[in-house]
Amino acid sequence: MEYFLIIVSAIFVNNIVLAQFLGICPFLGVSNRLSTAVGMSGAVCFVITLATVVTFLINHYLLVPLNLTFLQTISFILVIAALVQMVEIVLKKAAPALYQALGIFLPLITTNCAVLGVAITVVSKEFAFGGAASHLMNLGEATVYALATSLGYALAMILFAGIREHLAQSDVPKPFKGLPIALITVGIMAMAFLGFSGIV
Amino acid sequence: MMAAQSNLKNMVLCLTAVCFVCAAVLAATYAVTQEPIARTAQHTLQQSLAEVLPQDTEIDVQEQTLLLDGTSYSYYACTQDGRVQGWAIRSVTAGFGGPLTLLVGVRADGTVHAAKVLSHSETPGLGAKCKEDRTFTGQFKSFDPRTRKLAVRKDGGDIDAITASTITSRAYTLAVANAVKVAAALQDGTREEDPQNE
Amino acid sequence: MSKWSLITKGFIKENPTFVLVLGMCPTLAVTTSAMNGLEMGLATMFVLLLSNIVISLISPIVPDKVHIPGYIVVIATFVTVLQLLMQAFVPAVYEELGLFIPLIVVNCIVLGRAEAFAGSHGAGESALDGIGIGLGFTVSLTLIGIVREALGSGAVFGWKFISGDGILAFIMAPGAFLVLGYLMVLFNKLAKK
Repeated sequence: MEYFLIIVSAIFVNNIVLAQFLGICPFLGVSNRLSTAVGMSGAVCFVITLATVVTFLINHYLLVPLNLTFLQTISFILVIAALVQMVEIVLKKAAPALYQALGIFLPLITTNCAVLGVAITVVSKEFAFGGAASHLMNLGEATVYALATSLGYALAMILFAGIREHLAQSDVPKPFKGLPIALITVGIMAMAFLGFSGIV
Repeated sequence: MMAAQSNLKNMVLCLTAVCFVCAAVLAATYAVTQEPIARTAQHTLQQSLAEVLPQDTEIDVQEQTLLLDGTSYSYYACTQDGRVQGWAIRSVTAGFGGPLTLLVGVRADGTVHAAKVLSHSETPGLGAKCKEDRTFTGQFKSFDPRTRKLAVRKDGGDIDAITASTITSRAYTLAVANAVKVAAALQDGTREEDPQNE
Repeated sequence: MSKWSLITKGFIKENPTFVLVLGMCPTLAVTTSAMNGLEMGLATMFVLLLSNIVISLISPIVPDKVHIPGYIVVIATFVTVLQLLMQAFVPAVYEELGLFIPLIVVNCIVLGRAEAFAGSHGAGESALDGIGIGLGFTVSLTLIGIVREALGSGAVFGWKFISGDGILAFIMAPGAFLVLGYLMVLFNKLAKK
């Protein structure tokens, strides 16, 4: 039940793009075409989940016991950068087909603040779902949260790319062309997603 | 300018040096700021405790914890002439936008003294009012859960919810109710430990 | 480029928000009030200024292939320094801006300036560039904050000019996107003239 609440909350209620404003740059940058949006979403899901698990373990077994939590930001970003590199190398060797599909998006992910954002959130924020219990996440919850959050990212990205393909063909007043109309569209999407708030 | 070729030795040397220097800078900053950070945190805690606990009591800023119904609550006790006068209990529930954390002061006789929002992520202008709306928070001052019901009117209780923010009001009330339960458990505990108290 | 134009270019010509469209996350997330926007802008400027200076000094001795990791470490260091200082001296502001302070590390403006400017210029020029872009970012964030606060809570910098609530949607998530979108339209219109 709790996992279910985490999943619904992370995908719809607290959607990472539309409610938490994380990962906006790639969200606006690569959503011009549906196919690239799907590729990027896949890569982001993969990296967010993996990075969250690794940084969670590092925080739990290294930084906290050694009283080095002030190195959190710096170590997390290095881990994420290294992880992205490693994933790239491994994929290239082990799954060339997948690498072909995700390859060009991987280097961009290091500077996607959604990755670092989720990694920091799961180790620092207390969560309370449904009843009264509140606590820092354990590894299982953190993994589910990361996966669900990235699925929320994929959902927002793919929906938006679909709309944007249509926008590109419509007649938009000149000063609105490009990003402004895209931002206003996201605003309306965010308004629609507000409808989910309060269900968890 | 020094030549900086991208051979393995240079790369490893350079990155190691950069990391080493940065770690040193951070450690130094940490050492310098550690004390002010601790002091600020202590000060904030003392202020919050003083707000929710009865005046003229001695507040023990040492955090203690109690396990009740599978949830761990941290609390602080206040005493007068060696007798416990009340507790400030940290109580978290799920609000509308996320966790709602309260510090609830409960007197030794089981009545609520006052409550204070420590952190929340409620909607600005709606649920976020639970932090400063005095007509709402004022209802909890000296609330006696034995004579009145600690729940919002919609649920048959005696608390008027904030307009258009029933979920937040419910979460707030539940947090206070949980704290009252913790206080009751603490009260039983002190009686067992300290029979000459009465 | 003259020293003066290094500082002023951040306002219009290379405005990080409206022209370069960088650092969108904090731009949208923390601008619920003018004060928050201003504080976030200044925090980013602090990191930008210091990282620009240090990176311009170390760039000649960092081998090409590892310059990005090197720069990220430098930036992350200053972000952590900022985090610790804020926790110690302005804890209320630190609480308010929350997650978005550590996320300055991945703010594309900071790494972008390191790559595009500081890596190939002297320390003095890089410092001015940091100040200029930082100021541009601060002004943009404050502006968005003013608009959102005025519409959303009927106040500017906490000073209320109407009683009661404003249009709440503007301090919630959708308002952020809408205000930025319309301000960009306005900027496009004015800057084209």
